Amino acid sequence: MIRLRRTQRKEALLDNRAFDLLCLTAAVVLCLHAVHLPLWLTAGLAAVLGLRWWQRQRKPGRAPIYLKLPLVVLLAVTVIFYYGNIFGREPGSALAVGLLILKLLETETPRDAKVGAAFACFTLMAALLADQGMVATFVVALGLLPALAALRALQPARLAASFLRELLPGLGLLAAAIPLSLLAFVLVPRLDSPLWGAPPAQQARTGLSDRMSPGDFVDLLTDDRPAMRISFEQAAPSPAQRYFRAYVMSHYDGRRWTSAQTGRQPAPLESTDSVAYRVTLEPNDQRVLPALDVPLEAPPAAALGADREVMSSKSIQDPLTYALRSALHYRLQAELDDATRRRTLQLPTGFNPRTQALATQWREHYGNHDDTIVQTALSLFHNGGFNYTLAPAPLGRDAVDDFLFATHEGFCEHYASAFTVLMRAAGIPARVVTGYQGGYWNKLGNYLLVRQSDAHAWSEVWLAGRGWVRIDPTAAVRPERVSLGASAVAASQAAWQGLNWLQEFRNRWDVVNRWWSQGVIGFDALRQRGLLTPFGVHDTDTTTLSVLLAIGSVLFAILGLTWALWQRRDTDPLRAAMQTLERKLARVGVMRRSSEGPQHFLLRAARALPTQRVELDRLMKSYLDLRYAHAVPPPESLRGFCQAVRDFRPRHVVK
Amino acid sequence: MTMPLAEATRRMQNWAERRLPALTRYRRPESLPIELHRRRIYIVPTGLGMAFGVLLIVMLAGALNYANNAALLLTCLLGAACATSMLVAFRSLDGLRLTAIQPNHAIAGQPLILQLHLDAGTRVRQAIRVDIDGQTQAFAMPAHGQLALPLAIATTRRGWQPLPRLRLWSSWPLGLFQAWSWLYPEQSVLVWPRPETGGPPPRLPADDPMHQRLHHGEDLAALRDYRAGDPQRRIAWKASARHDSLLVKDFEQPLPRQEWRLDWRHLPGLDNEARIARLARWLGEAEAQGRPSSLWLPGDDISHGAGPAHYARCMSALARLP
Repeated sequence: MIRLRRTQRKEALLDNRAFDLLCLTAAVVLCLHAVHLPLWLTAGLAAVLGLRWWQRQRKPGRAPIYLKLPLVVLLAVTVIFYYGNIFGREPGSALAVGLLILKLLETETPRDAKVGAAFACFTLMAALLADQGMVATFVVALGLLPALAALRALQPARLAASFLRELLPGLGLLAAAIPLSLLAFVLVPRLDSPLWGAPPAQQARTGLSDRMSPGDFVDLLTDDRPAMRISFEQAAPSPAQRYFRAYVMSHYDGRRWTSAQTGRQPAPLESTDSVAYRVTLEPNDQRVLPALDVPLEAPPAAALGADREVMSSKSIQDPLTYALRSALHYRLQAELDDATRRRTLQLPTGFNPRTQALATQWREHYGNHDDTIVQTALSLFHNGGFNYTLAPAPLGRDAVDDFLFATHEGFCEHYASAFTVLMRAAGIPARVVTGYQGGYWNKLGNYLLVRQSDAHAWSEVWLAGRGWVRIDPTAAVRPERVSLGASAVAASQAAWQGLNWLQEFRNRWDVVNRWWSQGVIGFDALRQRGLLTPFGVHDTDTTTLSVLLAIGSVLFAILGLTWALWQRRDTDPLRAAMQTLERKLARVGVMRRSSEGPQHFLLRAARALPTQRVELDRLMKSYLDLRYAHAVPPPESLRGFCQAVRDFRPRHVVK
Repeated sequence: MTMPLAEATRRMQNWAERRLPALTRYRRPESLPIELHRRRIYIVPTGLGMAFGVLLIVMLAGALNYANNAALLLTCLLGAACATSMLVAFRSLDGLRLTAIQPNHAIAGQPLILQLHLDAGTRVRQAIRVDIDGQTQAFAMPAHGQLALPLAIATTRRGWQPLPRLRLWSSWPLGLFQAWSWLYPEQSVLVWPRPETGGPPPRLPADDPMHQRLHHGEDLAALRDYRAGDPQRRIAWKASARHDSLLVKDFEQPLPRQEWRLDWRHLPGLDNEARIARLARWLGEAEAQGRPSSLWLPGDDISHGAGPAHYARCMSALARLP
């Protein structure tokens, strides 16, 4: 790719316009990749690009070999050192972007520019491997414009156009290509399994995790990326019921809660009603599949844990859609076995003495009324001067003691954690559950949008006869957290209340993201097979798809050829009328010769068709008059001539 | 290295033209105007087009392998745009008309300038190239535009020379596809004979009594020795007194350029081409001096005249000689 030897062949120099467009292409590629490239690499490549542009503006010429070669080696070495290897999506695209920009150093001829523009298209595609969102895809597609314009600029003898106008024809070309590309997109057979190993991306994503200690959620609660979208088959549950359980955490070590996979059968569930829904989960590098309240069964390629949390068999790297049924009114694990009771009563010794003392005091005071103890705890949160804040004071070793008796401020994690510890200390089996709560109901798309900021933590306590019961202590402090959602709480905290409308707009706009995510990103091999289900074909195999693709391409080829062959009718009505007359006469065997003027032709026609001599003579006279007597023929005479031509019916001469 | 390749290409081309009548169909000379249409425009991918195709396949494989639908969509978009550019390449030639070819005059051995008159029709034409006689020239025209494109072709000998086959082609807009059409206009150009480089001047018609008339001017030009027959009133008496002999005032004679009567028959002993070359030189000299000339050729008698039109007529007559 990087040429080491100067070619001897003389080739025309690249003109400045083409080079500028190529530089713009490289700059766009660099910007699109800047999201995942390390900052110093982006800055270095941008500097190389800028210097090269500046150098060529002053004096065209290739960069010398003693500059190019070390730069290439430097690029390869830094990529290997930074990423650890040179294969895989990220190091590969970093290397490709670097090579593209270094290629510009030696771009002096149209041939170099062609290679550069073609390679830029490839690197643009590589940008989509990192982010395949709708906006990213559109921006990348627009990034093709300078590349196409650079290819156009390589053509000789173009009509002059301004720099910006150079970009427009590419847009037209891409717009014309959309129908065919959609056909190809739908019908290109997808692979069931990858041809070569696709190493997972190593980037860390914020999201729920299988461990929780108070304060962990801060990043999450300010992250407004979509976490999942849920559409319900019937009416959606009320906002207060929109609890999506992800992890159930029973083990507490004094600082953090962790969930442990016990490998036991799912806890028995008695339910009266159920809700069916579909979840489209954004990739989160986790195995957990959040489910509304308590799911009845696990979707394919996933399993129910002992506490009825849903675990996928592998971590979620790409958007995933799954269907589930959940119970909203239920009795979960009406009989508590000893092992579970022990696990859910466990507390680390030597932590939180004041909390323990308070719980013991409640137990002595209320006796066996677990219900009352729960209510007492909730009213403590409600009336004890507790504050909901995303920036609470730090907690010490006895975190729960500090929270309950000193700082009095925190968010869902603090409340859930403190409440669960209180319950356990009082001898009520309890556990922490994390997941999402609330979400934005998009009326336009009829689905619930749940963002990462809707992450929530609450408690479940086991009450005799009722099984596990969800208790949300945060609701005691901040009822609107549950009824209105996380954004309502966050908004009251945030300084920028004026940006609420922006949030609202983004929530509504999300319907487009969902459409993109379902229609484009989620269009996998499975969906493709079901493509023809409305037509009675339940499994569209590769052969059928190929045949369809071929038929579709032929149809588009016909359409395209029709367009290509279509010529605008001549705008001169007089000439058009004359051509009509010529066609009519040609049908009876009087062809106009290329060397023949209108007068000669029509005279000859009059001789050939003696019965219509007068008519043809009049036509000839009026044509000559219209054509040669006026600079602009008078419209009424012109209309008369056109009408006369339309009315003219040449008759065969019977010989 | 390149020579055998070029040779092989040429042989391949010859073979193709022999074997594929569709390609050679329009090699027959055809009368002007020539309008390019779908049955005579051919289109193939260029080298860049092939390379781009390979690149698209690589992109497709990558997108399918990573199950990345956005990348697949982009690849499809780019591929469809490339396919559309093929139609654009076709459209840039379709409907283009070569209305006339206007040859200039040239002397054998010098390049002859042709004016190709082109009519754009209803479309904008950009980056159209003409190949003629081993050279390429590019042009662009706005819609409804007309263009006179000067092109040079080499000439070797005098006489009628058929125009070479010319090729209109374009790789507009992206350079991925090349559309072309061969044109073989049924037109010959007349190449003038090359004048000889040196030789005797034409024999002046001194014996012609018409040309012995003296033309006396008004201004005194010089003094010269007396010759018998000089009129007495022209003797410069004062000057003669200081000399041994009589001096006569000589007035300038603004003789009109003497007409050259160039005649084929006055050049015996030369072969035809040498005669033609000599006559061509004389015609050139007469034209340069602004001297009237007439020309007699077997089968053609051009009475005297002067100026470029006369010169062109005479040279064309010479060029047409068998």
